[in-house]
Formats: sequence, C-alpha cells, structure tokens
Amino acid sequence: MDFAFAWETLVSLLAAVPLTLQLAASAILLGTVLALLLALARLSGIRPLDWLARLYIFVFRGTPLLVQIFLIYYGMGQFPAIRHSIVWPLLREPYWCAILALMLNTAAYSAEIIRGGLLSVPHGQIEAARASGMSSFLVFRRITLPLAIRQALPGYGNEMISMVKATSLASIITLMEVTGTAAKIISETYRVIEVFVVAGAVYLLINFVLTRLVGLIEHWLSPHLRQPRPITSLSQGEPA
Amino acid sequence: MTEPGLLDILSFGPGGWGQALALGALMTILIAVAGFLIGGVIGVFGAWAKIAGNRPVRILADGYTTVLRGIPDLLVIYLFYFGGSAAITAIGHWFGAQGFIGFPGFLAGACAVGVTSGAQHTEVFRGAFRAVHQGELEAATACGMPRMLRFRRIVAPLTLRHALPGLGNVWQVVLKESALVSVTGVVELMRQSQIGAGSTGLPFNFYAIAAALYLAISSISSLLLQNAERRFSRGMRRT
Repeated sequence: MDFAFAWETLVSLLAAVPLTLQLAASAILLGTVLALLLALARLSGIRPLDWLARLYIFVFRGTPLLVQIFLIYYGMGQFPAIRHSIVWPLLREPYWCAILALMLNTAAYSAEIIRGGLLSVPHGQIEAARASGMSSFLVFRRITLPLAIRQALPGYGNEMISMVKATSLASIITLMEVTGTAAKIISETYRVIEVFVVAGAVYLLINFVLTRLVGLIEHWLSPHLRQPRPITSLSQGEPA
Repeated sequence: MTEPGLLDILSFGPGGWGQALALGALMTILIAVAGFLIGGVIGVFGAWAKIAGNRPVRILADGYTTVLRGIPDLLVIYLFYFGGSAAITAIGHWFGAQGFIGFPGFLAGACAVGVTSGAQHTEVFRGAFRAVHQGELEAATACGMPRMLRFRRIVAPLTLRHALPGLGNVWQVVLKESALVSVTGVVELMRQSQIGAGSTGLPFNFYAIAAALYLAISSISSLLLQNAERRFSRGMRRT
C-alpha cells in the first residue's frame, strides 16, 4: 500500500464528506416528517388514508432506490407540463432530485418503524393520561410520541445508517460525494484497493459516530432503566 | 414520428421492448439468486465462526459483518468490478496479453452482492441457531448421534426453519441491490430500461415499467416465502 497516495485520496475524499452528510441529513430530516404523517395515516382508522399509506409504503419498499432516483431525475423531464412548471428549477438539479428520492424512500421504511413504536406504547399509559384530563393532542404530544420515539430509536438508527450508505447512489446522477469521488479516483489511477480502503474507512467512521450518537440519545431517553446513582453526599451527617 | 404508448413498448413484436425487458428481468433474478447463494455460503461459515469459533476467528467474523454493514454496496461493487479487472489485467500481462481486460460484470456483481448479503446472512443464521432449543441438541447427542449427523438431521433443518423469515428479508434486499450491478454494464432490468429510455426518449415510461417489474418479482417471491413458512412450520405450536 502506498501511503502517500492513500493520504492524498483521504484528503480529497474528506472534502466530499460534507456533501454526503448534507444529503443524508436532509433526507432523514424531511423523511421523518413524511414518515410520521404516513404512520399516523396508517393508524388513523380512516380507510382511504390507511390504504394510500399502505400503497406508498409497498411501492417505495418494493422497488430499488436506483429506479426511484432515475424516475425522478430522468423520468420527470419527459413531461412538458413539469418542464414548464415552477418546480422545474429544482427537479433539474441532481442535488435536489437525490434528496427528494432519498427522502421519499426513507419515509416508507421509517413509517413502519414509527408505526411499530406508536403501537408499542402501553395502553395503560394513554388511559392514565386521558384520566388526568389531557386532550387527545396533548396525550399524543406528551405521552404517546415520546414513548414511541424511545421505542423506535434502535430501528431508526439502523435506517439512518442505511441512508448514509444510500447517499452513495447519488454519485450515479453525477453528484461528487464520497463514493463518486472514490470512483473518479479509481478510474483515473486504477488503484482500487487503496481507494476502497480509504473510502470504506470514511463511511465506517461516519456510521460509527452516528451509532454512538443514537446510543447516547437512547441512554439519555431511558433513565428509568438505569440503576439510580448512589448518593454520596449524605455521608457527612451524624452516624445514626 | 409518433411517440410509442405503454403497450407498444411492452409488445413482444418488432419495435417492442417486451422481450428485452423480460430478458432483463430474468438477468436480474439470476444475479440476485447467484448473489443470494454466495451470501448464504458465506453466512453459514460466518455464523459458524461467530458461534463456535475461537477468539481470532470470532474477531475476524465480527470485523467482516461490521465493515460490510457499514459501507455502501455500490463501493463494494466498484471494488469487485475495478479490482477484478485490475487483477485479471495483471494476470493477462503475465501471459503476454496487451492492454486492459475487463472483468465479467455478472461475476463481479454476483460476488459483490454475495459478499454484502453474506454479512446479513451471518446475522440471520446466528440468530436462528440461537432460537433452536438447547434440549433438542442435547437429545440428539443423548441418542448417540455423531457431530455431522446431528448437524445434518437436527441443527440444519431447525436453524433453517427459524431463519426463513430473516432469509426472506435478505432476499428482498438482495433483489433491490442487484439493480446497482447495472453500473458494471450487465444488461439486467435496470440497464435494459436505461437503454430503452435512451433510445426512445421516454425515460419515465421505462423506469416506471422497471419499477412495476421489480414490484412484481418481490411480491411473487414474498408470496412464495409465506407459503414456505407456513409449510415448514406445520410442526410448530403457535405461541
């Protein structure tokens, strides 16, 4: 392994990390909002809403992300109505197409994770909240949602990691994020192993930090599962 | 020239893309099956290493699953495609060949899909083995079965039964991942749609058809899996 070359590669790949992070973060944030709406539609008990959400989830989980990206990036331009519409400046840019496709895709997966979380909230807790006179929105905001988030977090962490990995597909529609830059260096130098090792290490590092962050949030959200800290400052008093 | 409609594209006659798309879909299934099988073999050994291996073997298996689950599949495909080509070119020069020799995309794709799904297979098999009751293994030993017989008659069937739902998930992932193999130039469903979109100027129609075909393949395979699950859990009590 040529370390000087590996170092050079690392420098150019690190320059591409912000784009990868941007894509992943925007897709996850926007996707979460859509996922919550989808999960609520699934649980709303209103038939048409439920079926619409089911169909959405079925289609987006059953087709490859690459097809979705191509449908949005190449497919939309086929229609003159879209080409002349107000959204065209956005749909023309690979950046926004990638974010849109990633967001729509992650929303389908996250919706099921959030739905699982919402369903796992013990009924007694909701009953108790109702009995204390909370309105249904307040029950949702204060009781159901926080408990559901805590429950859904491990699954959600996995989905975030697969989103970070999925951003690599944006390189196929010309975005130079980490994988795109790596592929470019490979095709210029034909030194596959070095570039692969460095790019792999970059992704592993991102995902390691992400896993740790999710773990921290999980820890922070579940104080009730931990042993209480021993109280040390009381020992100064008179012994009984 | 009038634009061809959806039915013209799907027709099997001259000027239609039906046959090409069907062959593409077949290729997609072939890549997915090959990748799934390679992943299955890796998974069996990975699970074995994690369950029964000594420390270095366990660390190796843990490293493999951690790394392969943390890096994008596309990167692994590039590794196999470009790496394979570089290796073959080097070997070719050894024998006096000139210039660049391309690695077959199908092989590179199947290996890449296999290696990435192998990490998931490993975890599925490991979890499934955990679900096998210790008592059944003890009973087999008590009957005097040698290790291989116990593995063949008791461990493998019970583990596979428990692994079935997880394997179904891995299969769905592999099927969708096979679309990425199109970057190596293998003419599977995705690549065929790109070709069609390019030559007709109707990208939306072609990618929508591709999406529908992927949906059909995954729906049919999940139906088959549900049947298999029902069939193989006849002897199990519902809890």
